[in-house]
Order: sequence, then structure tokens, then C-alpha cells
Amino acid sequence: MNIVVCIKQVPDTTEVRLDPKTNTLIRDGVPSIINPDDKAGLEAALRLKDEIGAHVTVVSMGPPQADAALREALAMGADEAVLVTDRAFGGADTWATSTTLAAAINNLKYDLIITGRQAIDGDTAQVGPQIAEHLKLPNISYAEDIKIEGDSIIVKRQYEDRHHLIKAKLPVLITALTELNDPRYMTPGGIFDAFREKKVAVWTLNDLTVDTSNIGLKGSPTKVKKSFTKGAKSAGKLFNLEPQESAELIVDKMKEKFII
Amino acid sequence: MNNTEYKGVFVFAEQRDRKVQKVAIELIGKGKELAKELQTTVTAVLLGTDMEDEAKRLCYCGADNVIYVNDEMLDVYMTEPYVYALNQIVIDKKPEIMLFGATAIGRDLAPRVSARVHTGLTADCTGLTIEPDSDEPEKLNLMMTRPAFGGNIMATIACPNHRPQMATVRPGVMQAAKYSEVNPVNVEEYKINIPKECKNVEILEVTKIIQQRMNIEDAKILVSGGRGMHGSENYAVLEELADLLGGTISASRAAVDAGWVPKDRQVGQTGKTVRPNLYIACGISGAIQHLAGMEESEFIIAINKDETAPIFDVADVGIVGDIFKVVPLLIEELKKEKVSR
Repeated sequence: MNIVVCIKQVPDTTEVRLDPKTNTLIRDGVPSIINPDDKAGLEAALRLKDEIGAHVTVVSMGPPQADAALREALAMGADEAVLVTDRAFGGADTWATSTTLAAAINNLKYDLIITGRQAIDGDTAQVGPQIAEHLKLPNISYAEDIKIEGDSIIVKRQYEDRHHLIKAKLPVLITALTELNDPRYMTPGGIFDAFREKKVAVWTLNDLTVDTSNIGLKGSPTKVKKSFTKGAKSAGKLFNLEPQESAELIVDKMKEKFII
Repeated sequence: MNNTEYKGVFVFAEQRDRKVQKVAIELIGKGKELAKELQTTVTAVLLGTDMEDEAKRLCYCGADNVIYVNDEMLDVYMTEPYVYALNQIVIDKKPEIMLFGATAIGRDLAPRVSARVHTGLTADCTGLTIEPDSDEPEKLNLMMTRPAFGGNIMATIACPNHRPQMATVRPGVMQAAKYSEVNPVNVEEYKINIPKECKNVEILEVTKIIQQRMNIEDAKILVSGGRGMHGSENYAVLEELADLLGGTISASRAAVDAGWVPKDRQVGQTGKTVRPNLYIACGISGAIQHLAGMEESEFIIAINKDETAPIFDVADVGIVGDIFKVVPLLIEELKKEKVSR
């Protein structure tokens, strides 16, 4: 069985802060990580490899430094890694990103494609279903649990108020939730192998069969017009009182606002 | 692409168990505002079976027209039949704007439709406005504002050259229009032959997550606890306060991750967006990811030991103090109030 896992290298957004003077993101010194949903997807693939045997290929589109994320995936146990990188791919929205990734996946063998539900920097959750559309595959999003049964996959699919247990014939694309599992750590041997034995293949525009009008900034239907930091609403009043006075004050305020 | 052929604001009316979801009504509310500026109409698209009454209700909730597709294949949500149906409707009706709720269904469906149609899609929008195109002022574009980087920055995105302009919208952010049974009912039963090849998955089982408590998105009053609650056993006092006020409890991500409160109670970027009349934040520091989910609340009271906690930046009333002392006293005071009435 061949599994392709798409991963993205993202800034750890829990550590991204705003510069109060310029109102811009401070990204210096912010660590880059494998996007958490993607890492859960990778772990799910590695577990299938452990259980039933599978060849796991990780694919990432990004700048050359995304190599680090792919090496980490190799050190966790992935068999192959592909970095899809070219200036022509830069500035892509989800449509252009999914077109590029689908073209890369077209060069690979696959029975199962796994992406994360969403990346923590863009938060769109669009690229997975869009890759499935480009490859004309069924997709099952929000996978909380997966199981292979013969030539089919059974996915526990999460909704806000319910779960669906869904069965589909392979090939299929699923988007993984962090709830799927706890990803394993890299092993020291794995890290050695990731840098010495295994290679990260680098694919540029020339390696893909793709219409250049559908990639990068130019191929993106959506355009970012502006970005800004959220203006916090003006602060109310701060009170530093004895507990009893605080309680009375809250009741008074509730009355004032006709809440009680 | 000839943009002028594309007219009208379309809203995907999500249904579960043959009931239209609240977010669809919110989208109609926002859709009406956009349609007014564009001098066009709002059309709700309803996919399902045996939903004639719900189709009518969409008109009472403000939709000028409803396109209703009655098909067995659309009863329970499945990606491909839904994508097929919506794609046909887009090709046939050529809407200029199409809105979806940013739910587990909308966030699966909208990307596939946008990829098939070849148009742009902006995710989880919190603001939608109409503005003239910077190059062609006679052309009006939808400006879609959304949080990114975990809520740290906002981006305004346009889709100038492709139609329809598609967006998913966070539930709870837009205001529903007024319900009125005086509104004219205008339902078009729309026939589509969905090919059998669209059905590549089989739903083996549906399990509902039973909610004993009020949905936090519907609650008018929320009493919310965070890391400062120190443990699940301390939520009883918040429950008591919530009951007394006729509300329910919610929590920050820290409390959910610690296992003190179930996930369906979580407010914030990765949880739910709420805007109750009153939000009481107890022991919540107010990380930006949390604020993103509650700062639109009418009135915010925060109780926290740390007077530098960022929650005080959005609180209307900030109380520096120990929740374990203040909350029980507050309960006493409220009980006294009740007796005196």
C-alpha cells in the first residue's frame, strides 16, 4: 500500500506575537514546526505502515527551509520525502497550492492520501478537499479514527454534534485531526538515517505537469488586499476591591445593564 | 470570465436531520445587507429530502428566493453528491456571491465546489463588505475579512476576476434577519439528476453527541472558566452561578485540554464563537485565541487574580480578585436579589 502524506511547515502560532509599536507580526526567533494536524496524519500513516505494511511518502510545498520538516518526517519513519519548491509557486492561495500539490502527487503512486484538516497559520482547511477535487478522488474530512479493511478505509468523521462512520474504497483522500493520535518522537537512529541514508527529492516547476497560469500568485483567484492587526476594543474599568465589594459591584452592574 | 453575467447573493442553507441550521439564517441576514448594496436578491439553496416546510421557513427568515433540490442522495451530507448539485446550480444560475457556514460541512463542501468551479474561496470570514474594484470602479467586489495566524492578524481578501466570490463565514458572527411570516414564499423546486458514480462512500453509522446542556452558541449568558479554575471539581460553583442567571457554562482551551470541561464548551479560535448578552470570564487570562471567540459579547465581566491579564483589555468590568472568594459571594448576592423581588 502506498500512502502520500502532505505536510506543511508553519510558524508555531502560539509563539507569534505582535510588535506593539509597528503592529506587525514578530516572527524572529519563532520556531517552525510541522503543522499539528499534518503530524497526526503522518503518525496515522506510520501506524498503518507498522500494522499492515505501507510505503509512506511525505510531500511538502514551500521554500527550501521546509527541508527541515521533511527530515523530521523521515526521522519519524517516513520512507521518502519530496520538497516541491520553486519561486513560481510563491504567493499561492489555496486554489493554486492545491493545483501544485495535486500535480506533484500525480508523479507518485498512491492508495491513500492524507493531509491535515487545516494549517495553523492560514486556518483555511481548504487544500485537502481541493487536492481531492483536482485528482477526482473521494475525500473524507475531519478524520478522528481510521481503519483499513481490505481495499477500503473506514473513517470516523467528526461533526460538531455527531460522528459518521464512513466506508470508502481506496484510493481516497482524508484530512486528519490532531485527535487521531499522539505522534511519535524521532529516534536518534531515525535522525541519522534522515540525514545520511535518506534523501529529500527536490522537485521544481520543470518536474510537474501543470498549467503555469494556475500556480503561484498569478494563478490565485483570491488576492490579499490588506492585513492588519486587530484593534482591541477599548478597555472597561478595572476594580481592585475586597471580595464582598466586588460581588456587590457585579450585581449593580448587572442591574444597570438589565441583565437581572 | 465575464463578471457581469453573474448576479445575486446565494447562501448555502445547511441542514442536519432535515432541519435548517442556525448559521444559514445568519448568512441570509448578512446576504440581505450585501444584496441591498448590489441591488440584487438573496437566494437560499437547500439540498435535502422532504423539506418543503423548511424551504418556506427560509423565506420567512428573509430569503427572496429558495432553490430546493429534493433528492434522496442529499438527505444526509455526503461530499460528492452535494458538490455535484451545487456545481450544477452555479453553472446554471451564475451567482456573483456564494456564502457557506464555516461548519464541519461547509468547510468540506465549499473548497471542493470552489475547486470544481475554479474560483476563489476565503475561509472563516468575520466581516463582509462591498467595495468598488480599485482598477474598475464600476465593478463591485466582495471584501472578505478573516482572522489568520491563530487570530493574531486580520486579512482582507478579494476575488476580483473569478465568479462566484465564495466565502465560508464563522457561525455566530453575523446577525440573523427578522423572522416574518408575511414575507412572500418563493420556492423553486429544482431537479438535478445526480449520477450514481457520485456516491463513493457509504455511511455505516451515525452517532450523535448528546448534549445535556444548552448549546453555548445559543446561550444569552455564559459563565466561562479557564486555567484559573484549577480542576473540574471547581466548575460546580460556575454551574450554580450560570443556573442562577439562566445561562450555561463554557471554557477556555486550557480547561478543555486539561479535561475539566468537554470540547463542545470551548470558546475561541479552535472552539466556538459566542456573543451572549453577558460573558463572565473566571480565571481566564485572555490569550488572543480566546478573545477571538468572545470579544463580540455585549457585556464582559472578567475576574482574575492577575491585574495584567489581557482579558481585562476587552472586559467592560474587570475585577482583580480571587474567583474562589468572589464567585460564592456573588452567588449569595444574586440569591438575595431574587428573594427581594
